[in-house]
Amino acid sequence: MATKPEDAPEHCPGVESDSAGKGSACQGCPNQSICASGVALGPDLSAEQVKARLSSVKNTIIVLSGKGGVGKSTFTSLLARTLAAKDANSNIAVLDIDVCGPSMPRVMGVLNEQVHQSGSGWSPVFVDDNLSVMSVGFLLSSPDDAVIWRGPKKTGMIRQFLSEVDWGDTVDFLIIDTPPGTSDEHLSIVQYLKCMNNLQAIVVTTPQEVALLDVRKEIDFCRKTSIPILGVVENMTSFICSNCKQSSEIFPKNTGGAEAMCAELNVPLLGKVPLDPRLAQSCDEGGNFIQEFSDSPATTAFIEIVSSKYIEAEDGGTEKGRFKDYRNPRELKSFCLVHAKPFIFYKLVGKFPFCYY
Amino acid sequence: MLDGVKHIILVLSGKGGVGKSTVSTQLALALKDKGFKVGLLDVDLCGPSVPHLLNLEDQEVHQCPEGWVPVYTDQDQRLAVMSIGFLLKSKNDSIIWRGPKKTGMIKQFLTDVYWQDIDYLIIDTPPGTSDEHITVMENVRQLPCDGAILVTTPQAVAIEDVRKELTFCRKTSIPILGIVENMSGFVCPHCSTCSNIFSSGGGKSLAEYASVPFLGAIPIDPRVGVTGQSVVSTLPNSPVANAFSSIVNQLTVESMEISER
Repeated sequence: MATKPEDAPEHCPGVESDSAGKGSACQGCPNQSICASGVALGPDLSAEQVKARLSSVKNTIIVLSGKGGVGKSTFTSLLARTLAAKDANSNIAVLDIDVCGPSMPRVMGVLNEQVHQSGSGWSPVFVDDNLSVMSVGFLLSSPDDAVIWRGPKKTGMIRQFLSEVDWGDTVDFLIIDTPPGTSDEHLSIVQYLKCMNNLQAIVVTTPQEVALLDVRKEIDFCRKTSIPILGVVENMTSFICSNCKQSSEIFPKNTGGAEAMCAELNVPLLGKVPLDPRLAQSCDEGGNFIQEFSDSPATTAFIEIVSSKYIEAEDGGTEKGRFKDYRNPRELKSFCLVHAKPFIFYKLVGKFPFCYY
Repeated sequence: MLDGVKHIILVLSGKGGVGKSTVSTQLALALKDKGFKVGLLDVDLCGPSVPHLLNLEDQEVHQCPEGWVPVYTDQDQRLAVMSIGFLLKSKNDSIIWRGPKKTGMIKQFLTDVYWQDIDYLIIDTPPGTSDEHITVMENVRQLPCDGAILVTTPQAVAIEDVRKELTFCRKTSIPILGIVENMSGFVCPHCSTCSNIFSSGGGKSLAEYASVPFLGAIPIDPRVGVTGQSVVSTLPNSPVANAFSSIVNQLTVESMEISER
């Protein structure tokens, strides 16, 4: 009986079978060449490399959304800058895995920088002393260059980013910006990062149903691949006219917005960020919006989200709060009412449950 | 494949959320209102939006001896729609597929759907320049493809990705029908001041830079696409309706020229 990896494609023939790496189900599987070469019985080298490289990472946040243009990259940049500014001794890394449309170089203001190679790997581009970025955008020779790749090549690129980039001795937060959808990039990143502790996802959406439709699919993706969801952020909630100060809904909540969706799917809503034309402009120019426009309602909303108890580092956090989402329904099942904290498993000693943490 | 189709128009954009599906559906509705028979194919498999935008959620695709019967928006069968959204059991279901499976599905959409005789087939795409785009391009190249419309929003972050899509079209020699700038300015309903939420003028300057036609700028109007009806008929004389009808006029003139050649 051939063994079949847990996360294998649906009709995986099994890594030890004769048709391993050759079947139609193997097309596009990142392990296809390994299976085909017959070394599948040995340990997976690339996954080991990724694991070794990322052993210094304490927390990982994946910023996801099924929908495009909702502000994933904007949110990623603001989150990274805020976390970096909060503690000068922390080290924040941002990885942009949107291979076909990288936006990170622009929103971080490092548009024409280049990646250098050193003995210890690729050096990322530093935005600040404790904030570094890696993106396909740095590898293109001109902004007109298109990356016209099918899935397996994109997967290869993502694996290289994970295994080659030298982020430094310790990384407090690795924030990953993703493209829209639930396809190659997403499957690959999840496959490689599933071994990490403290891997969580933040889902970004806009209020209208067209966006929520796709975001529901992304939440389904997180559930199917068992990534804990830290929460949902609603972006572009309302627009306040600079002239008459009245608010209008540009992307109307025809089905109740993110609030209703979160209640329906039982995920926490982290907050709502209003539209501010200055934010779009600041992203185009690569400015630090939070610092430059501290009076903006978007800044207030954003600071509230980042300082919420959900985004808290595993190490070095001021509170004792762990980087875990206690409102996650799966966690609640194993929540010890006596000690008021979640437990890993319990054993009955006589009549009483004994919790292990 | 696609024998009865006279013109194919691709709606592309490197960037997501710029309004590709809205432009595709409004274009299809406006062409239908002009008396053409239109087909609309949604190849965004991971995030299909067309069924929702046309109020066709919960509709189903049927089989006939000639292939799959698309979903029709009206009794006269003048607008046929095909999307993976019609094949999903629940709106929460995700399609978690790698490239090759997506390629297979799109090929099936292109070969197995029985469109009958239609004047225009509009193909709505996901963002990016990857599997879906390569597959559509490979299959459509030998067919009567008029070309691609590129949708963008005015800010630089979007323009940057659309430039990549332009390169994609050039490399694969798909003619570019023009650039549409969407979400270009929002007129406050309370005081009528126009705010450029996502800056302004990006689409026009990109068209000039790349020397391709600029088809028009569509302002933000929250009423667009709410009822699944054409804005040209439901909000006549509004700036959005005027922008759309001007775009449709330019396209029909262009495609007449193409068929005369």
